[in-house]
Amino acid sequence: MRQRRFDRRELAAIYAGGVVGALGRVGLAEALPHGVGAWPWATFAVNMVGAALLGWFVTRLGERLPPSTYRRPFLATGICGALTTFSTLQLELFKMLEAGYVPLAVGYAAATIACGFACVHVGTVATRRARVLR
Amino acid sequence: MTAAAWVAVGALGGVMAIARFVVDTTVATRLGAGRLGEDFPIGTLVVNLSGAVLLGVLAGAALSGSVYTIVAGGGVGTYTTFSTWMLESHRAGEDGEARVLWANIALSLVAGLAAVALGHWLGGAL
Repeated sequence: MRQRRFDRRELAAIYAGGVVGALGRVGLAEALPHGVGAWPWATFAVNMVGAALLGWFVTRLGERLPPSTYRRPFLATGICGALTTFSTLQLELFKMLEAGYVPLAVGYAAATIACGFACVHVGTVATRRARVLR
Repeated sequence: MTAAAWVAVGALGGVMAIARFVVDTTVATRLGAGRLGEDFPIGTLVVNLSGAVLLGVLAGAALSGSVYTIVAGGGVGTYTTFSTWMLESHRAGEDGEARVLWANIALSLVAGLAAVALGHWLGGAL
């Protein structure tokens, strides 16, 4: 028997989270524009926050709370996936390199990866240490 | 940006979040094996690289203003994901798969840069 591949309510949860994350990221980017030789604070901020939140949510939903069908699609795939961006980071690096800001590009790439990884780690261990409240 | 433009950002963002999920799960299901093993997060890599090319095209074509913000920011920016890239790398490390961790980080970074450069060149040629 062929099952429907995707659960409509799961997709709706992802959609809702996507709206929230997209508005958050684009909103901050519009509020904090930057030149090609400047640190992309808006992208950096949403990527770090999103990474920490994803570590928190996925660990909490996977290891702490009873399974729920729609929390993870909404919070993780939806909000965190939409709040953070890989493509914008790459375009920013490309523009920096194209304009000759090589040390900035190297620093931005290194800091994004190192801090992003650390944010996932902190979010992960924080939920493991926290007690389940319900 | 007008209110309508912001609505478009959100609406397109929702759609692209679903697109990311569909591409990721479809690719992971079909390509979930390879030299780096079934645990390599190939779905996210495909999403991120395809998004990088797309964004490069939009930037190279010198799209600007609200249209650029909606399509590039609301659309492609939502499609690709940094958090999932980091989470999957982190989990590979926790699972003792250092090769997958480092390959995922290095490959995504280098191929991602190449992808956006390729897209930018294509966009400029349009």
